[in-house]
Amino acid sequence: MTVNNRPGVLNRITGLFTKRHYNIESITVGHTEIEGISRMTFVVNVEDERTAEQITKQLNKQIDVLKVNDITDQAIVARELALIKVSAAPAVRQEIYTLIEPFRASIVDVSRESLVVQVTGEPEKVEALIDLLKPYGIKEVARTGTTAFTRGSQKTAASYKTPFII
Amino acid sequence: MANMKVEEKRKQRTRISGALMLIEALKAEKVEVIFGYPGGAVLPIYDKLYDSGLFHVLTRHEQGAIHAAEGYARISGKPGVVIATSGPGATNIVTGLTDAMMDSLPLVVFTGQVASSVIGSDAFQEADILGITMPITKHSYQVRDIQELPKIIKEAFHIATTGRPGPVLIDIPKDMTTLEGEFDYEQDVQLPGYQPTIHPNHLQIRKLVEAVSQAKKPVILAGAGVLHANASKELQQYAEQQNIPVIHTLLGLGGFPADHPLFLGMAGMHGTYTANMALYECDLLINIGARFDDRVTGNLKYFAPNATVAHIDIDPAEIGKNVPTKIPIVSDAKEALKELVHQEGKPADTAAWLAQLNEWKMKFPLAYQNDAQTVKPQKLIEMIYELTNGEAIVTTDVGQHQMWAAQYYKFNKPHRWVTSGGLGTMGFGLPAAIGAQLADKNATVVSIVGDAGFQMTLQELSVIQELNLPIKVVIVNNQSLGMVRQWQQLFYEKRYSHSLIPNQPDFVKLAEAYNIKAFRAKTEEEAVNVLKQAFSLKEPVLLDFHVKADENVYPMVAPGKGLHEMVGVKPCEESLQ
Repeated sequence: MTVNNRPGVLNRITGLFTKRHYNIESITVGHTEIEGISRMTFVVNVEDERTAEQITKQLNKQIDVLKVNDITDQAIVARELALIKVSAAPAVRQEIYTLIEPFRASIVDVSRESLVVQVTGEPEKVEALIDLLKPYGIKEVARTGTTAFTRGSQKTAASYKTPFII
Repeated sequence: MANMKVEEKRKQRTRISGALMLIEALKAEKVEVIFGYPGGAVLPIYDKLYDSGLFHVLTRHEQGAIHAAEGYARISGKPGVVIATSGPGATNIVTGLTDAMMDSLPLVVFTGQVASSVIGSDAFQEADILGITMPITKHSYQVRDIQELPKIIKEAFHIATTGRPGPVLIDIPKDMTTLEGEFDYEQDVQLPGYQPTIHPNHLQIRKLVEAVSQAKKPVILAGAGVLHANASKELQQYAEQQNIPVIHTLLGLGGFPADHPLFLGMAGMHGTYTANMALYECDLLINIGARFDDRVTGNLKYFAPNATVAHIDIDPAEIGKNVPTKIPIVSDAKEALKELVHQEGKPADTAAWLAQLNEWKMKFPLAYQNDAQTVKPQKLIEMIYELTNGEAIVTTDVGQHQMWAAQYYKFNKPHRWVTSGGLGTMGFGLPAAIGAQLADKNATVVSIVGDAGFQMTLQELSVIQELNLPIKVVIVNNQSLGMVRQWQQLFYEKRYSHSLIPNQPDFVKLAEAYNIKAFRAKTEEEAVNVLKQAFSLKEPVLLDFHVKADENVYPMVAPGKGLHEMVGVKPCEESLQ
């Protein structure tokens, strides 16, 4: 979804979700290629198609919302970044390096007892890595939430599934 | 060359203060009346207002100002304009904003704000009114650059009055009212994120025409969208052409003449038997500008179970929100009806259906037992209807008196009915009457209120007296919160928890304290006399009617029930014989 980058616009959108009783799984916000316009990506869990349609319509009513696109069922590029702080005594470090390699994750910080692993990818991939690192002892996780848009010149598809991304 | 001219024009434009920009913008918008209340943060605005020539009504509470603006907007169709100061002034308009949002009334509301430099420091009379009002406004602004003020005001008037109307708030920090800038009010409004759909989709219109030709039991449910679009004439034309009966929502009343043979009455919790049964039995439901509110539909499980639903609405989000809709038509009601009237198609064969509906109308009309020894509230409304030839503007609060007014005042004309529908705001009726009277100076305005709601905004009597507005304030006095009492009687084992007020003040004396003539009536005869007297006077009059206190509003669809499960339907005695 694209919005005018005006003061309070995020507030308006999250307020709308609260007012209409929808739960937000994740939000990402950032600038687009056009000055003054931001892109927001929401992951929302909905029960049915009607709710998804209702959310889209309510968002569209906001004056500062320029375009809403439900891309749940479209070919999309969706990425999330996660920072994972893992307990890592020197003895297991090599093991962790090997483990994260297929994920194309990298070590971005090393201290005496821990490592910080950075991974980007679809949420499932991030989940999988977190799962693999759990046995070593995860101290902290920070995730950005999903940001996404459609591949190439895709057009809007019609049906909805949960969770859906706008 | 053209650029040079624009540049020259810019140079010629003198720099004026933000306060003066506001005044100039209101003049450019041809604002006839401003409802407001001054205070610290808006002093520079009020200073410029002083000799501006604009008409400002000083209400005695900001809530009064915004409800008056709503009444004005409802009758005139123009945006109501409100000015309130920062902090408490601004928070006092919150109820009115919500009310206007729910009932789609165009308002442009200016609130003062503490100076930009101290925003966020919990300064004196600071309130985050932008944050507070985001979910209850159609849109809102805070002025952060003086050069943007004219554009913001222009956009606000545009947004408030187009598409589905609603309230727009502009929060102006005090420094923005004294800073100077260039005033350019000729620029075009450019809002790429706001492009309401006005004209219907032709394919959907054809689908509806097709559905009508197949239908055996079609019915139109018309809401306030018809009134906002000024589409009463088109609605009548369409209904007559297709022979389809019409039902109104509470807020739609007056859109279709109440004495028309195709009119079935109001739908919903206190709707007529015929209207509710028609909604239950219909095979095609054409909703025009109504939003399927829960008070209209009752339990959705039993709502129009056999019907194909078509919905014409300017707000796409209302279509399919509560009721699955087969034929969605996003459009202005007038545009859609105009197109429907000109379509070629076989009208529905509704003869048998209309016969059935007429039988219900005869058998189960709205009914009550009269008792001339007291004032029956239903009788009271009928008397007002007769004495005003059905032409008065009627304003109400919420509750029993509102339902009786809706049931027994037969609105034959549009834009005569001002009530708080969606939000159900007590204290709405009296200030709304002020706005309504100012919007139509020659109309007879009757403000029908309850004894409890009246006391929530009664200070506005002072404005009525000051401006000598010939409003007739009718208090339906049952010394209780009537609708609360009714629900407690029916659903809470007659445990009248905090709903009875036997020590109500002497309203006649109260009115006299405001220098307003007042009368009291306790029997039907007295009621007729005081009403006649009141309507013969070209000045404000307050009437205190001691009505039968334990009277209930019927018929009634109990909460959670379907429309077909009405109680309190009294069959007409003649038809029983």
